[in-house]
Amino acid sequence: MRNPAFWRLMILVGGVLTIEVLCRSGVVSSYSMIPPSQMVVALVDMIRHADWFWSDARYTFQNIAVAILLSIVLGFVIGLIIHALPRLRRVLNPVLLSYYSVPTFVFYPLLVVIFGIGPSSLIVMGAMFGIVAMISSTLTAIDRIPRVYGKVARVGRMSGWQTAIRIKLPAATPRLFTGLTLAVAYSVTGVIAGEFIIATAGLGRQLTLSYNEFDSATMYGLILLILIFAAVINRFLQSWEARIYRRWYRK
Amino acid sequence: MKQRWWDYVILVVAMLVLWQVAFYMVGPDAIAPPLETVQRLGTLITQDDFWNNAKATGIAFFYACVLALVGGLVIGVAIGSSKMADEILSPILGTLYSIPKIVLYPVILLIFGLGLSAKVVFGAIHGFFPVALFAIGAIRNIPPVLLRTGRVMKLSWLSLARTILLPAAGPEIITGLRMGFSTTLLGTLIGELFASNAGLGFMLMRAMDIDNVPDIMALTLLLFLIATGANTIILAIEHHVHAFNK
Repeated sequence: MRNPAFWRLMILVGGVLTIEVLCRSGVVSSYSMIPPSQMVVALVDMIRHADWFWSDARYTFQNIAVAILLSIVLGFVIGLIIHALPRLRRVLNPVLLSYYSVPTFVFYPLLVVIFGIGPSSLIVMGAMFGIVAMISSTLTAIDRIPRVYGKVARVGRMSGWQTAIRIKLPAATPRLFTGLTLAVAYSVTGVIAGEFIIATAGLGRQLTLSYNEFDSATMYGLILLILIFAAVINRFLQSWEARIYRRWYRK
Repeated sequence: MKQRWWDYVILVVAMLVLWQVAFYMVGPDAIAPPLETVQRLGTLITQDDFWNNAKATGIAFFYACVLALVGGLVIGVAIGSSKMADEILSPILGTLYSIPKIVLYPVILLIFGLGLSAKVVFGAIHGFFPVALFAIGAIRNIPPVLLRTGRVMKLSWLSLARTILLPAAGPEIITGLRMGFSTTLLGTLIGELFASNAGLGFMLMRAMDIDNVPDIMALTLLLFLIATGANTIILAIEHHVHAFNK
């Protein structure tokens, strides 16, 4: 019974039960929040019966997938370029450091004018939000590669490519992974936020619609779905990250 | 990294040039040019309406910041001090930190109603988690030998905190506070964008609704300046503390 995972499950169950009791007993009014059990029912109902569900879900998840891919690949490449040019890095440093205190969503209407209403502006929004986390992590990842590894490569007479693939990349992997986790979380937020503001389809748009129409069943079903999706991805990436760390920093 | 003043000059000039080029490419329907934006900002800050909204944002941000920073610090230090609480709760906090809190805005609106408390709560839930997580990490990473030394020297609780805990955990806690400050600002502004009837975020949303491009650009510029300015100041303090500890 000393297992942390067991206690976490207990806390989760306890939290959900508390909300359930608060909602059922009327402490929290049914206009503000429906009981968690009803949220699950609403979600299942929505997945099985709502005619818009699959097309909107596919729209959102496709956009999220492309945004994540773009922010990770471009963020890594841009990170490499910036790292190779110390001058550029010094100039960009203030922007990289304070990027996440600016609500990037304010640029979304601008994106809509440039790319039109549709997947491209949502993808660009998500990628814009995720890419800087990846760039910053790539920079620290390369910074933290121990000098002695480079010496080992020279002693072993490895070529530039060999050094990059067999020494530098593995040594940078754990910290790159931290950036990847952040980029995923930010890209999801970016795409969903874009769908809140201006969109013609997607789960974020359905959420706004259901809120405006006081359809709390659909609203809470959608919120539950997005939160479960984000939490599952995060737990998966976290355990993967822990595995990589254990492998590279084994005592 | 040593920052020199001409790095800032290059950055500002480069951004202005990019902005102007973007204006020529996209046209006045979407972008206002730099000069016009600055002029518009100049007129905005002479208006009472602007200052009322700025005050609303400031008040909301202040409350949200106090909640997030104090709450995050207290809970983070409490969890970090117990190995068991750390093992059980840290992954939960990590997951809560990563979920897109933006989907919670309808819930917060329904519970707290349109107005100050919704914005404050929205700002605070953004800032709370990074502060708590960094505080937990800071306490966790204090080398046990330091604490044992303190015990051998029979330090009182107060002098233990002053001479060992604070210097050892301080720098990382300050990094967390800076992140918390930034994310609280972000959260408060997002709260105002989606869920409010006053504040700079609300002004921005109003400008978006009527496609008032110069106002959108002027407010965006202002928010950008406030956010980067505040962040740069706190970063300077952070560097000072880190340097002091070496």
